[in-house]
Amino acid sequence: MPSDRFVQIALPQTGQAPLDRARARVLILGALSLVALGLFLTLGVPGGAWGFALPFRAGKLVALVLVAYAIATSTQLFHAATRNQILTPAIMGFDALYLMLQAGSVFFFGAMATQDLDPILKFSLEVIVMMVFSTGLFLWLFSAQARDLHLLVLVGIIFGTLFRSLSSFISRMIDPNDFVVVQGATFAQFNTVNIDLLWISLALCAFTLPALWALRHQFDVLALGRDMAINLGLPYRRVMMITFATVGLLVSVSTALVGPVTFFGLLVTHLAYRLLPGARFGPTWIAASLVAVISLVGGQAVFEHVLDFKGTLSVVIDLLGGLVFLTLLLKGAQR
Amino acid sequence: MIQISDVSHQISGLPILTDVTFTLPKGGITALIGPNGAGKSTLLSLMARLSKLQTGAISFDGADVSTTPTQALAKRLSILRQDNSVSARLTVEDLVGFGRYPHHKGRPNAEDLRLVQEALTAMALMPLRQRFLDELSGGQRQRAFVAMVLAQDTDYVLLDEPLNNLDMKHARQMMERLRDTAREQGKSFVIVIHDINFAAAYADRIVALKNGRLHAVGTPKDIVTRPMLKQVFDLDIIVENIRNLPVAIHQIAPFPERQEHP
Repeated sequence: MPSDRFVQIALPQTGQAPLDRARARVLILGALSLVALGLFLTLGVPGGAWGFALPFRAGKLVALVLVAYAIATSTQLFHAATRNQILTPAIMGFDALYLMLQAGSVFFFGAMATQDLDPILKFSLEVIVMMVFSTGLFLWLFSAQARDLHLLVLVGIIFGTLFRSLSSFISRMIDPNDFVVVQGATFAQFNTVNIDLLWISLALCAFTLPALWALRHQFDVLALGRDMAINLGLPYRRVMMITFATVGLLVSVSTALVGPVTFFGLLVTHLAYRLLPGARFGPTWIAASLVAVISLVGGQAVFEHVLDFKGTLSVVIDLLGGLVFLTLLLKGAQR
Repeated sequence: MIQISDVSHQISGLPILTDVTFTLPKGGITALIGPNGAGKSTLLSLMARLSKLQTGAISFDGADVSTTPTQALAKRLSILRQDNSVSARLTVEDLVGFGRYPHHKGRPNAEDLRLVQEALTAMALMPLRQRFLDELSGGQRQRAFVAMVLAQDTDYVLLDEPLNNLDMKHARQMMERLRDTAREQGKSFVIVIHDINFAAAYADRIVALKNGRLHAVGTPKDIVTRPMLKQVFDLDIIVENIRNLPVAIHQIAPFPERQEHP
């Protein structure tokens, strides 16, 4: 039979070529990330200031890498679990929810009480609340049968606006002196990274990394949708809960360190999807994290140490990411 | 053997299935027929644990679907529902490869790859195997999904309208392939089917549902008759015997009666 002969000839090369290309691209991204890290540490250090500059920049570098990892990972997990590639936790206002928690705790317990609390203990509590909240909200929203994507985008944007308005509403209600405390958290940026929470953030990310890697095949099955995942024997509800709890944790980490960045996750995950078309969760995840490191660390190195612009990287990233968002929406509408 | 006993199901207060009880022997093709809204798809998703059983029990070879671990069930039965869409960008070969997931949990071996090739060949997908799913026609995509559940290689396969979107050639090929698989490997297929003539030609037995109740179980010759179809579908359908097969001519109203009752 002719079709059988075709099988024989085609078998050896099946899937090999794209796999090698994907590996090569991930390696290139890895090399570029190393370059970005090197540039960030060394660019524009005045002679004789190395002893001061290196440790100072190293702390900030760790924070940026953590943020890149947290945003890329949470966005891609969210995409796998919700089976859409347009909505992200940030677009759904989850970072705003974290800020609302800050403002809310100052409002209810007063600035003195929240400031007296050990920052690490306070952060841990906030992370737990975020994990519970994101699991509850997302399971409620996404566990039902597949919903129309346009409806989800609409719901997502309404939630985003709701959380942001609530957060600013509470900020208006509190005492102006207390407000300064809230502002400290809200105004964290790429330039003024919140170094206090560096180590606990590092520990949390270091904990999620191997756990998620071990689950990477399950995320591939999860992305097939509820019915197929159950058909293939995936403990669907448990994996969904793990996914959304992790999203809550990672959003807390990135928002605590540098504040909200709306479109960054969308930008880096879509670059990764384009670079590795049809790839599985594992490789795409590495690629998205590396793209995030390159753009965040490399971009910050250039903006801070070469161009001497302050605080403009997030504007550029949000502009580019916003354009990606628009393109995706328009493309989705055409289909 | 599939045992379905006293299954009733309600969706927001409306009865979808009422006291459905029947037993299917192992092996062969069972066609599930009935008018729209008879509860066919609901019954299939209850059998495959996609919906939670409210009352009654369903078991496959003694394994109860509500108590057997889902990983173990995935090696025993597979289901393909009616409307399948995959948002991830996947090639045909990758999708079919997922059918092996219950067996290898992410690390396919040579046997897994062989079964994937076999399923691709069975559904005539070898030339398309590197194509992405969103680059396929509806019928080609449907074949890819069927190939996926075939690769899962379970004793029981539940298919909800697998002939959707297929042209005549591929519809016939698919039914022939399912019949051969059932005969050669002793597998059991339960298929929701709308084309009654496909059911008559390929099924070993037909289960007819109506208004959420079991109406009749029997061989094609028992079920595909003018009185029985009239009861199930509330439609007068001429049934001719062609080459020892009952053939329902459902597209047109019976000519003489249209004369009698204008």
